[in-house]
Amino acid sequence: MGLSADLLPDGIEAYLTAHQRKDLLRFITCGSVDDGKSSLIGRLLYETRMVFDDQFHALQEDSKKVGTRGGELDFALLVDGLAAEREQGITIDVAYRFFSTAKRKFIVADTPGHEQYTRNMVTGASTADLAVILVDARKGILTQTRRHSFLVALLGIRHIVLAVNKMDLVAYSQSAFERFEQEYRVFAQQIDISAITCIPVCALGGDNLTTHSARMPWYPGPTLLEHLESVTVAAPGESADAAFRMPVQWVNRPSADFRGFAGLVAAGSVRPGEPLRVLPSGRISQVANLFVGEREVPEAVAGQSITVTLTDEVDVSRGDVLAAAAQPPEVANQFEATIIWMHDEPLLQGRAYLMKIGTKTVTATVAPIKYRVNVNTLEHLAAKKLDLNDIGVCGIELSSAIAFEPYRDSRVLGGFILIDRVTSHTVGAGLLNFALRRSQNVHWQALDVNKLARARLSRQKPCILWFTGLSGAGKSTIANLVEKQLHGEGRHTYLLDGDNVRHGLNKDLGFTDADRVENIRRVAEVSRLMLDAGLIVMVSFISPFISERRMARALVQPGEFIEIYVDTPLEVAESRDAKGLYGKARRGELKNFTGIDSPYEPPENPEIRLKSSLLTPTAAALQVMGYLREGGYIDVEGEWEI
Amino acid sequence: MSALDSLQRLEAESIHIFREVVAESEKPVMLYSVGKDSSVMLHLALKAFAPAKPPFALLHIASGWDFREMLEFRDATAQRFGLQLLVHTNEEGARAGVKPWTHGATYADIMLTEALRQALDKYGFDAAFGGGRRDEEKSRAKERVFSFRSAQHRWDPKNQRPELWQLYNARKNRGESIRVFPLSNWTELDVWQYIHQEGVPIVPLYLAKPRPVVTRDGRLLMVDDDRLPLAASDRVEIKSVRFRTLGCYPLTAATISDAVDLPGVIEEMLLTTTSEREGRIVDQEGAASMEKKKQEGYF
Repeated sequence: MGLSADLLPDGIEAYLTAHQRKDLLRFITCGSVDDGKSSLIGRLLYETRMVFDDQFHALQEDSKKVGTRGGELDFALLVDGLAAEREQGITIDVAYRFFSTAKRKFIVADTPGHEQYTRNMVTGASTADLAVILVDARKGILTQTRRHSFLVALLGIRHIVLAVNKMDLVAYSQSAFERFEQEYRVFAQQIDISAITCIPVCALGGDNLTTHSARMPWYPGPTLLEHLESVTVAAPGESADAAFRMPVQWVNRPSADFRGFAGLVAAGSVRPGEPLRVLPSGRISQVANLFVGEREVPEAVAGQSITVTLTDEVDVSRGDVLAAAAQPPEVANQFEATIIWMHDEPLLQGRAYLMKIGTKTVTATVAPIKYRVNVNTLEHLAAKKLDLNDIGVCGIELSSAIAFEPYRDSRVLGGFILIDRVTSHTVGAGLLNFALRRSQNVHWQALDVNKLARARLSRQKPCILWFTGLSGAGKSTIANLVEKQLHGEGRHTYLLDGDNVRHGLNKDLGFTDADRVENIRRVAEVSRLMLDAGLIVMVSFISPFISERRMARALVQPGEFIEIYVDTPLEVAESRDAKGLYGKARRGELKNFTGIDSPYEPPENPEIRLKSSLLTPTAAALQVMGYLREGGYIDVEGEWEI
Repeated sequence: MSALDSLQRLEAESIHIFREVVAESEKPVMLYSVGKDSSVMLHLALKAFAPAKPPFALLHIASGWDFREMLEFRDATAQRFGLQLLVHTNEEGARAGVKPWTHGATYADIMLTEALRQALDKYGFDAAFGGGRRDEEKSRAKERVFSFRSAQHRWDPKNQRPELWQLYNARKNRGESIRVFPLSNWTELDVWQYIHQEGVPIVPLYLAKPRPVVTRDGRLLMVDDDRLPLAASDRVEIKSVRFRTLGCYPLTAATISDAVDLPGVIEEMLLTTTSEREGRIVDQEGAASMEKKKQEGYF
């Protein structure tokens, strides 16, 4: 590595600081057999001073012995590693190369051009942010060029560099280059590639690789290295508005007082206190702490391996996905998927394979195969099976429902491998396109008429008024008055009353702690649907536990959940005893009665506190109405901010 | 949201790999060679499972020709973190008198490769973490992170499983085992930088110090103890030397150096004109020697 001392002008510490902050670009190179991929990478390594003297000497020796350049330096030999490849003069497997410049670090997946090694190209493309596709200037856009472009686009790479190589063999012709560029751009429109950069190069001579070529003064664009150093690529999960996603890898339970969920953050960010949803179960909890190693951190972002602890003892295991509570991914067990077959034994309709997606492994059956794609022409062909290197669009059914996102939105929650159950080999890779039938756990269906549209129509900002308090505190009385008032003003409302709901929706539930939790969970979900319908929803439930009220709050957006604590001393509520329940409880005829032999956990920070022993029900209702007006939930003129 | 830098990404990827293996294999072990890459691997493993201990033992293949300082460091490290340390030596080979300077390349085959196979079979480990990096050597550049070995511990480069995204297929057939390389995507510079940044403890042999050395075939060999036979012509000199890689001391050449601290080592590394493995005499027998070794089960 020919770095000289003058490259460390500010000393080693300054160099280290600068080098550490560099980001990482992963790219893939692909091209046909003799397009000069290995030469191009070898040359890049050489020019970025990644070749050591001893390796250089070996290169000189090898060039004489086995080189294809008549004894001249054959840079391809720097990267053609396996003896079998040297014998055959081809590249048979994806190889990873590393180099860095003053601006960036790079990992290159050097992938083979032969059709029979498509699976290796797909492997290399799966982790790349950008693809360099080589074409031979004498031959132009070939079938292989189209196939490679289709494959990298399929795997989600949106940045392509078309490197037109061997420009020396067409006398550095500008018109030849421009013809290929034009042809390629027309083709690329069919395959959803947004960013294309075309560069004329000569890998052997180094033209336009790291320095601008004097032989092609007509080319005004960046050199290959300049482009790689400056191009901005961001994984979809790393955009600022991406919702948090983390497949759980491992449950860390070193002692009874620590239960952490380890995983790599696939998208978004998370902080302590934020509500999370466990999928596919749908249970809600809240982040207690976040750790990277032993160190507690205030925030974790996409790309970090972390450990999360939650505030509640919810059931979470490997294969589950932790997601932002308000924006969970869908859950389903039937999909349309695009499958790339990678094994000699064909994929057969109806045969069961293991599917690994994220950290979950389930059984998957492929049926039907809708069509096979001719990767050279992009035509759809009928198929009953997929052979090695075939790509097909299929239905796929899983043994259990999984949380997922379409592959175009998430490589982690949308990309999967298929494993043969007998040989344990990875036989296929796939991309989920969309769910075919939604399971009962499904959370969102994007609809055109949404909450905002309904709220505009009804001139109100929908919200949940959650009345909590002891039995006999006056919750229902006050809620009823509020609803009458709202109704009189022409608002759209609904009142969910604890007793009434227990006669129908929740009649299968008793009063144990577990049933109370389920009781509230159902009511919270129902009120969320009603909120979504644009209503002002009143919930009048004892709802004695903080964690369930927190769960209900977490289901909706900030500002939509208004907790109203109907604060009445036990003796006052008991003295009212309109339903005679306290008497029964005291006599032991009624078990698990809140306030007597079951706890009530008062709210810590309710939006509204109604001291019902000091207020008449009407005064209490007016206090609630005042809150709604001040908060802009109801407004005469219809100015809505949601 | 702040973008992660390259070392943070490499760290996260390695931790992910450790966790996948532990979640999906029955009896994993970490190949602990006591070198800098092993130090970084161990540091990452501690992070991956904190506050729990890494749920696997450390396995050291001791050839009998290990630097004394490495053995001390090894024992102290295992003790400090409360980890189980397994040490295996090919006793048969040792009894047969296989020595670095008498058996050439067969020495490494017998005392390292064969010894590793013996140990893996003896304990029945189904997954072994190794510190190999793809930037080290051309055949490593093409090896998967999860690299399968047949029951005979052979690697078949033409029949590797496709490895997409960060989805690792850890399912094995009967008799198969996996070598897992959490540092696959790290470079030598990344390793040093990480050691510097995180304060990862390393064997002091990596830092320059006056040490007794003899010159053989133009290479400096450290006279670690009296096991190294000295010829009448050998002149033991005290020189300020250090090691870029560490193996068996009669096979590991020292380099003249003044780098007494990590920035010094990194500076030297940046300015050097030879690759890391040049100091390893074992790697220099034929251009494809590493590939052959790997096919036979060398780590």
